[in-house]
Parts: sequence; C-alpha cells; structure tokens
Amino acid sequence: MSAPRVGVLVFPGSLDDRDMRRSFGLCGADVRMIWHKDQRLPESLDGIGVPGGFSYGDYLRCGAMARFSPVMRSLVEFAESGKPVLGVCNGFQILCESGLLPGVLVRNRELKYVCQDVRVAVEDPGMFRAELTPGRALVMPVKHGEGAYVPDPDRKPRVAFRYVGGSPNGSTDDIAGVTNERGNVLGLMPHPEHATDPLLGSADGAHVLRSFLAACVAARAGR
Amino acid sequence: MSDPEVTDELAREHGLSSHEIALIGEILGRRPTFPELGIFSVMWSEHCSYKSSKKYLQKLPTKGACVVQGPGENAGVVDVGDGWVAVFKIESHNHPSQVEPHGGASTGVGGILRDIFTMGARPLASLDSLRFGSLDDAHQRYLVRGVVRGIGDYGNCFGCATVGGEVTFHPRYRNNILVNAMNLGIARREQIFLAKAAGPGNPVIYVGSKTGRDGIHGASLLASAEFDEDTDAKRPTVQLGDPFTEKLLLEACLEAMATGAIVGIQDMGAAGLTCSSFEMASRSGTGIEMDLDQVPQRESGMTAYELLLSESQERMLLVAEKGREDEIFAVFEKWDLDAALVGRVTDDGRMRVRWQGRTVVDIPVDPIAANAPAYERPTARPADFESLQKLDLDSLPAETDPSGALLQLLASPNLCSREWVYRQYDQLVGSSTVLRPGGDAAVVRIPETERGLALKTDCNPRWCALDPYLGAQHAVAEAARNVAVTGARPLAVTNCLNFGSPERPEAMWEFAEATRGMGDACRAFGIPITGGNVSFYNETSGEGGIPPTPTIGMVGLLDDVTRAVPAAFRGAGDDVILLGETRAELGGSEYLAVRHGLERGAPPALDLAAEQRLQKLLAAAAEQRLMRSAHDCSDGGAAIALAECAIRSGVGLDVALPASGLRPEVALFAESAARAIVSCAPADRERFLALAREHGVPAARIGATGGVRIRIAPGVDVSLVEAHDLWARTLPEALG
Repeated sequence: MSAPRVGVLVFPGSLDDRDMRRSFGLCGADVRMIWHKDQRLPESLDGIGVPGGFSYGDYLRCGAMARFSPVMRSLVEFAESGKPVLGVCNGFQILCESGLLPGVLVRNRELKYVCQDVRVAVEDPGMFRAELTPGRALVMPVKHGEGAYVPDPDRKPRVAFRYVGGSPNGSTDDIAGVTNERGNVLGLMPHPEHATDPLLGSADGAHVLRSFLAACVAARAGR
Repeated sequence: MSDPEVTDELAREHGLSSHEIALIGEILGRRPTFPELGIFSVMWSEHCSYKSSKKYLQKLPTKGACVVQGPGENAGVVDVGDGWVAVFKIESHNHPSQVEPHGGASTGVGGILRDIFTMGARPLASLDSLRFGSLDDAHQRYLVRGVVRGIGDYGNCFGCATVGGEVTFHPRYRNNILVNAMNLGIARREQIFLAKAAGPGNPVIYVGSKTGRDGIHGASLLASAEFDEDTDAKRPTVQLGDPFTEKLLLEACLEAMATGAIVGIQDMGAAGLTCSSFEMASRSGTGIEMDLDQVPQRESGMTAYELLLSESQERMLLVAEKGREDEIFAVFEKWDLDAALVGRVTDDGRMRVRWQGRTVVDIPVDPIAANAPAYERPTARPADFESLQKLDLDSLPAETDPSGALLQLLASPNLCSREWVYRQYDQLVGSSTVLRPGGDAAVVRIPETERGLALKTDCNPRWCALDPYLGAQHAVAEAARNVAVTGARPLAVTNCLNFGSPERPEAMWEFAEATRGMGDACRAFGIPITGGNVSFYNETSGEGGIPPTPTIGMVGLLDDVTRAVPAAFRGAGDDVILLGETRAELGGSEYLAVRHGLERGAPPALDLAAEQRLQKLLAAAAEQRLMRSAHDCSDGGAAIALAECAIRSGVGLDVALPASGLRPEVALFAESAARAIVSCAPADRERFLALAREHGVPAARIGATGGVRIRIAPGVDVSLVEAHDLWARTLPEALG
C-alpha cells in the first residue's frame, strides 16, 4: 500500500509547518504543503494537518483571520467528508474558529506565553486509536500564549487528551485536546511534531502522528 | 513645509562637532542641504561610524581557517562543514530598551534577525544577554517584564527558537540596562548574499513595510549620546516592531534570493534608507540615484529628511539584475508585501536623491561612508583601580555556616533559576534544539546533518569593572569553556561591546583594555572574531557609566550532535570529578558580593594554556562518550556548580572538595578559572582520569551522585528539595 498522502496547510505566519512536514515524513507520510491562497486541494489527499504558529500575526483573536483564507472552504468540505484532520496549537485554534471543533482557546491563566514539556493522558482519541490507547501517558512540549480551552456549553467535546498534574494554561478540566463528534477532526495544544526524536527531548509525539496516518489509511480504504 | 536653514548651530544640534562641520564644508565645497545634514549626522554618529572604536577594533584577530566572512558585512560567516555555513552576530538595543522596554527589546530581536536573513541564511537560534539594575527596584522589575515580553513576543511570533543567553543584575545598570540580542542562521555556503550595489544600471528595489515617521534619529540621537533629564522625550525615536511582517519578509527574501535575480541586499536598520544605500554603494565603489517619491509611505506629507532617516522596521533594500525586476516583484506580491523600484546603481560614486521633482541630496559616497572621521580619544585609568584590587582575605570573618551560604547564594538574583525568563520563549520551533536553556551552552542541530552548534553569551561585568583587561579575557575563556563542556570545539566569536561615554577618558581606557584582553585571549585560543557591535554612551549625566560589559557570543562545533553532553547529572551512582585547581581567589566573587556586600579584589588569575588543555580534554572525552554530564565552574564557584548539577537533575550528591590549605569558603565558593564538574559512569572513570592526565588537566574524583541531599565537604549539607525551592522561587516571586 502506498504511503498516506498528507497535506500541511501554510498560512502567512505559520511557523511549525516545516516541523510538521518533517515529522510526518519521519513517520512515513508523503507530505504536500498547501498554500492558503489555493482554492483547490491536491488530488487524492488522505489527511490534512493544520500547523502551529501565529497565522496572520494573531493580532485579532488567534486563528480568527485564518478561517477566512481561500483554502478553508476546501478544508471544511474535506473534514465533513469524514477524512482525518489534525490541528496543533494555532492549528487547533483555527479549527475551533472555523467551527470544525467545538469550544474556544483563550489567554493562558498567567497571561504569559509558556514553553515547557507537559504530560498528557489519552482519553477518547476518536478515529486515531492505533497507538493511542486510553490511559496512555505521553510527554510533549507546549508553547503558546492562548491555550486555555473553554468548552462550548451547547456542543460537548470528545476529550482526546488531558494534562496530567495540572494544566500549564488554566484549561477547563485540564483539557489538552479534543475531537469533533464524529471523531475525525483532532485538535491539541501540545506539539506531537516537536516530540518525534529522543535527541530533542521526547519521541512520544510519534504515537499521535502514526495514529493519524493509520486513520488516513483506514479512511482511504473506506473503513 | 520648507526645510530649515542649515546653520552651524543646527549642525551641532544634530550631534556634529565643529571639526566635523568644517569637514563637511571641505567635502561638499558648500553648505549641506537639510536632508544632507541629516545624512551626515547619522552616518558620522558613533553608532554608525565607529569613530571612537575603529582604532581598537582593527587590532582584533578576525582571520581563521573557518572564516568565510569577517567583520564589515551584516553578519559574520563561518564554515561548519559539509557545505554548510553559520551566519551569526550579536547587537545591542540598550537605549531604546531603557526608554521603552517592550518596543526596544522586540525591535532589537527584529534587527538582528534581519542581519542574518539578509545574508541568505534561515535564522536557527536566538540568545539574549540582559543586564538590569537591582531586582529590589520596582522600576527595574518593570523593565525586566517588558524586555522579556518584548523578546518573546517578537521571537515567538517570527518563529525562531530562543535557546539561551544570560540575565544579571547590578545597581550600576539602573539607568542604562543592556539588551544584547544574538542570532545564528544556517545557509549553504554558495547561497550567501552580500550587501553590495554592483553593476551600474541595475535597479534598486525597496521591499517590506512602508516607511513611517518612527525611529527618526534613533541611531544618532538616542544611541550616540548619554542619557539626561530629557531622555523620556526621546521615546518617539524608539521604533515599533511587527514580527508577523518580518516573518513574511524572511520567507519572501529567501524565495526571491532563490530566483538568482538578486545582486546584493541589505536590511534597513539604524539610519534606515540612508545607511543601507550608502553602505551598499560604498562596498561596491558605485553610486546610487534614488527617487524618494517611489518609497512606499505609511503617511502622507513626509519630507525627504524624514524618509531618509526613518528607522521603520521590517524593510530591506536590494539590488537586482537589470531586466529581472518582475521576478522579484512576483515573489513579494505572493507574500502581500510592498516592493517598489526606487532607484538605479550608477558608476560615479555619488548619492543623488530626488524628492518631489528636485534633487535634494547630491554628495559623494566614500568620504561619508568609508572615510568617516576617526578619533583617538584620551584614556585614563580610573583613580580607584589599584585600591579596588586590594582584598585582605584574613580580614574577612571565617564562614561559620557554609550550608546557609550555599542556600543564600542559590536564591540570589544572579545565581537563581532563569526559568521564569526562558519559559516565555519558544525554545523549540525549527526542531533543532538538543540542549535547551538552563545549562551551560545551548546546543542546536544543523538541520539535515549530524552536526551541532553550541552557543553561549558570556561576560562577568564585576570582573570587567575591577580589571577590564583580565575581565574581557575571562569572558572569552568562560564562553569557550561553556561551549567546551557540551563537547563542542570553540569555533568563532561575535562581540557586543557595551561601555560608557567615549568622551570620558576612564570609559575609553576601559574600552581599550577590554578590547586588548579580548584580542589576546582570542589569539591564544585561535578563535577569530567575525564581527559584532559597539555600544557607547551607556551612562547617565552625573551618575557615571555601566560596568564595562564586553559580551562574548561564542559558537562551537560538534561533529556528532548525538554526543552533546548536558550540564545536569543523569542519575544516581555516577562518579563526580572536579577538573582544574582551586586557588585562594575570592576577588570579585558572588560570595563576597552576596555574603559580605563587597565588590573588590583582583579577579581570578587566568592561565590561557590551562584553559585550552581543559577545552581539548572535554572535546576528547565527549568524542569517546566518557562523560554523563559536564558543567562549568564559574559564578559561585565549585559548590554552586555542584548544586546546580543536582538541582537540575533531581539527583543528590555526596562529595568532598579538595581543601588542602584553603579556607572552607574558598574551597566552596572561589571562582578560579579552568575548572569543570564532570560526572561519569564508574566503569568509565579510570579511562576518563587517564585522558585528563594525558591532556595535563588536574582531575580528582570527589564523590558520587545519589540521595536526596546536597552534601559538599567542607560544611555543606542541605536538602535537595529545599535548595531547589529557594533557587526556583526568586524570580517568579519578584516578577510575578
């Protein structure tokens, strides 16, 4: 079977796009970068990653501008067709702003940017189950100024990850990542793409990325 | 609005001396126009012309096998193997940060980033060397918060990892804080771009943000004069930064460079359009004619003077190959950035500037750029130099509570945890950070290779105040040691020379001595200096200057980054080894300052040959993977170094320091040079000790890791948890 083909969106101000490309590549994906002005997605994509950064400088609310990019309409259609979508950090914020994920991310409790390793526990990872067994603990870094998750009272999230030992940002119920109801769109604040190499601190993020790629293959097979 | 008449008085208000005013008359054969006066005042400012420092900088060693580009370009370039080069530089943004900490620090970061990517390199790692007044002072705490937030806001949003630096406090920085920003980028050797305006007829293109009225005379009036009671009125001379635009500018510039249509490129930093155009033309022996009406403008009604002197951020000037302009414009359009044809390269060595249909500047390039005035300022050794060197150890009361002294030092502002600072920085973007902040040097992997670079900024201003020659040598030696304990080989240096007013003979003497010391140490180690920055006038009327602060930015090379050695212990049961010799050297130490409120005595002696033997041993031991951890002994001495290894790892230790004939506080807290703390697996100990003997480095096993206490004979026995708590609490409690 050919390698899963993953697109990584690039907005003006995306910063972890190259890291996401590299890490998906290390995990065996065939990666295409997708410019935000593109109206159409490349043919036969199996999954899409929305990377971290400061899209449009995040001078308005994080992710609030990116949702109006031309590529977003295609992304929403892609997600609604049931194919896998992963948003990390600013990507998570963009998925919330565009309505693909419920809830919103607000300023950290201490009103400061925070960069540190955190431990999260897997809870309900939707369709990304291959290596994400409920209860499994993963160490990955966070780095953000607006990462406190606030759920939408009318649209309960499926909690994919929770911080262990308290959140670094004041997230409601220590929520670190969620999926949509269908389980094919996953957003999280910790950076799996920065944790795929023990030399750089941790390789636990590879479990998240490989589970995403496994879901890509499964979705392609129509399962 | 018509320009004011140019009189001698107006010229003096522009910071020009009578001698310089006369020289302008000689060069032009007439009075300058108002815009020309503006150009002379910035180009001949201390900040842009190095007129007081040039004589000393010329004596620094700048050559070496690894050097691809030495001083004189936007940044230095060294070969790091396999066709890759590292592009790096450090620069000050002191005065702006004192006046407006968030804006000053963030544009300092923005400026150094542009220096790196204007050469074709993608920025890989930032470091920041920060000096503030006392942490007890509420205004200083405001400055710390503002500076740290400014650095984070810019670097995090731009997307370059901040991997290290230093933060220290001393009352003499109260009115003159220092913000020195360093950046290092990576490029293929053949992809390096230089700031040249070659090829008469080639188009001159302006790219990036529009020009506004911010930062006018930032370089000449703010950076090139001491502070006085009117300083707050200079706040409008501080520029405003926009990291998002800078990120777009980075991507657009690298993409435009890849087209092959760019001949030369330079960022518009200090003195904006003026400095960039003059320097590019001067380097190529050409001239430029420019039409200011083509410059993208943020507001209407800007004069020629304002357009030429604005220091609006996130702008670049480039020269393209004639006929290939459209390739450049297409790239900048993709990134939604302005790009405008503003002029042409000429062959007559003159700068001609038109504005609203008339010529407002017509002056020769070289007498202004390359042949600016240079001064030999008077120097004088400070009157208290000899008396401050004296320290009678016998008159000091003996230390009765070594444990208490250790805890007090660990909690002191200059030795406590810096996590409050670096936690606010993205340390990881780019997937290169192997050793994060908090250890000795940071280590980053060169993308797509097995190699690594160790990076460190260093200077002990207290030592430099007591003896600038020896203090500057120590800055080089300690930075090299910090790089060496990670297993890297020290490769090259960039420097940021922060001093008081060059017009005060004592400050000029400090500068002369410090540059002499720096040059001697770099020559002894065979480490070239590839450039940097001089910041004079760090003083306030009636208060004197800062301690001389020649900050060293050191780059080291690891052939195999998987062999990088961390500073913290790795586990229980390892042997702890002290390298080097401890002598009765408490002069200028943290112990004296914190425990006795004294800042005196000669700094420790420095044996450069012993330092080099230590550097070589550490590289060889890392190569053979004999060390589990290695940490430099410096501020606070061996006891603090040992405690840091324990605190950062959560692993205790039980050791006895060699104390033959030394007072306990000397054995524990003396800051003798050429020392390090190494831990190794017991199975590797004999091989390591033999290697040390081979290299002629004194080495002694002093104990082992393990347990939940920090036990250091003579006299220290404290709980690891308590020590960690005190060490970690100081900055968060003070700064929130």
